[in-house]
Amino acid sequence: MIWIDTLVQGVLLGGLYALFAVGLSIVFGIMRLVNLAHGDLIVVAAYLILVLVSLTGLSPFVAALLAAPAMAGAGWLLQRHVLNRTLGTDILPPLLVTFGLSIALQNALLEGFSADSQRLPAGPLATASLDLGAVTVGVLPLLTFASAIAVILALNWLFYRTELGRAFRATSDDAVTASLMGIRPATIFATATAIAMLVVTVAALYLGMRSNFDPNIGPARLIYAFEAVIIGGLGSLWGTLAGGIIIGVAQTVGAAINPEWQILAGHVAFLVVLLFRPRGLFPRAVD
Amino acid sequence: MSILSLAGVSKSYGSLKVTDDVTFDLPEGQALGIIGPNGAGKSTLFNLITGNVLPDAGRIAFDGRDVTRTPPMRRCLAGIGRSFQIPQPFDRLTVFENLLVAATHGRGQGEAAVVRDCADILERCELSARANDPAGGLSLLGRKRLELARAMATRPRLLLLDEIAGGLTEGECTALIRTIRDVHAQGVTIIWIEHVLHALNSVVERLLVLDFGRVIGIGEPGEIMASQEVREIYLGIEI
Repeated sequence: MIWIDTLVQGVLLGGLYALFAVGLSIVFGIMRLVNLAHGDLIVVAAYLILVLVSLTGLSPFVAALLAAPAMAGAGWLLQRHVLNRTLGTDILPPLLVTFGLSIALQNALLEGFSADSQRLPAGPLATASLDLGAVTVGVLPLLTFASAIAVILALNWLFYRTELGRAFRATSDDAVTASLMGIRPATIFATATAIAMLVVTVAALYLGMRSNFDPNIGPARLIYAFEAVIIGGLGSLWGTLAGGIIIGVAQTVGAAINPEWQILAGHVAFLVVLLFRPRGLFPRAVD
Repeated sequence: MSILSLAGVSKSYGSLKVTDDVTFDLPEGQALGIIGPNGAGKSTLFNLITGNVLPDAGRIAFDGRDVTRTPPMRRCLAGIGRSFQIPQPFDRLTVFENLLVAATHGRGQGEAAVVRDCADILERCELSARANDPAGGLSLLGRKRLELARAMATRPRLLLLDEIAGGLTEGECTALIRTIRDVHAQGVTIIWIEHVLHALNSVVERLLVLDFGRVIGIGEPGEIMASQEVREIYLGIEI
């Protein structure tokens, strides 16, 4: 019985990791940009929500709703005026610039908020749970998982059913040819980053309500996100969710055996998948 | 009224002059063929016209307006469409989506406004049966047709075709020529680079010969093909 419980907790934790990873996946998939500051941007969004909550006393959910457009706007500007300039045949400039951004963000947050760990007040939601007979699940983890599924459904609809989505996919396929068709890759990239920042805000909301955060936890979230994206296979959002679930389950199972093994078990699962499926579980046909 | 005019256009890569003082006018509605040996600068000339390459000297005017420094996207919106020598469809989009993307962005219209037209273009380019297949799975003829269809979807006034008949069988080539004549008959101005001369000469009204980046002849196809200089350059190539 305890194993079923562990499994369910792991799956639900996977939803959080998928939320971390989806933004990274969008940005990489559309413009081949590895954003090393992704984890720190999640932390920035968490602090933004925290500030809104403490200033206005609103619920974190409402605060996230306010933070989302601000994050999206910041993402748009960041991409349009900084990251677009780093894109090219050389893969090094975007890595260096986003790595620098990561350090700058961490230190700016340290300066502004100190190294104390913070938490978003979830109220009664923090301890609410549902009794499902065999297992009891927390409402918050359940909500996180449901949000991950909703985000992926919405993004798949956007990518495969709308004009903007087709422009995203066409630019991802071949930016030069797309520009000959009248698409502006610079604007498409900025829009993609803005959308990724919306997902980042959702991830930050649940991260902040479920666990403590401080200015330095960004890089570790980035690693989980990377592992989820790579396990799933680049370019597949459902694959990313599967990747998040695998890491989540590995971590809870590891923790059930020995609490010290939690983090390690997730990384080991990642290595095992890479060993047998170097291109991930659901790779895109060509890339 | 000429739709495209080039005046003294030059482009060098280091000491290599790939386009050397090219000057010509293209009247609206005409089909112009461009021939020349490999490395004569034919594709570079297209890149200069679409704006993917900027000239070192000279002026390019489209529809009476100077576009010498205009970015490719704006030229596309102004009405310059292009097919590539090596077909470059968006492989992961379906055939129909390839056209939708080209039509919505190339014309600056919404999808609802162009869906009908895209279906017509697919029909004319004989691709309707493959509309919902991923473009990456098309045969060579299919990919060439898609290049043409996608260029058409931007509703160009000037269509640039880069060796679209190369690598096709005799029968496929005939089918493609039929489509191109059909497009031309609707009043689209065409510039066509081609090594398959009989295909080219069955469509174009004027022929331009490039060699080492220079225009060495421009005129009525029969006349051009009869000139000694052209024959020398093309020696060994079946005419």
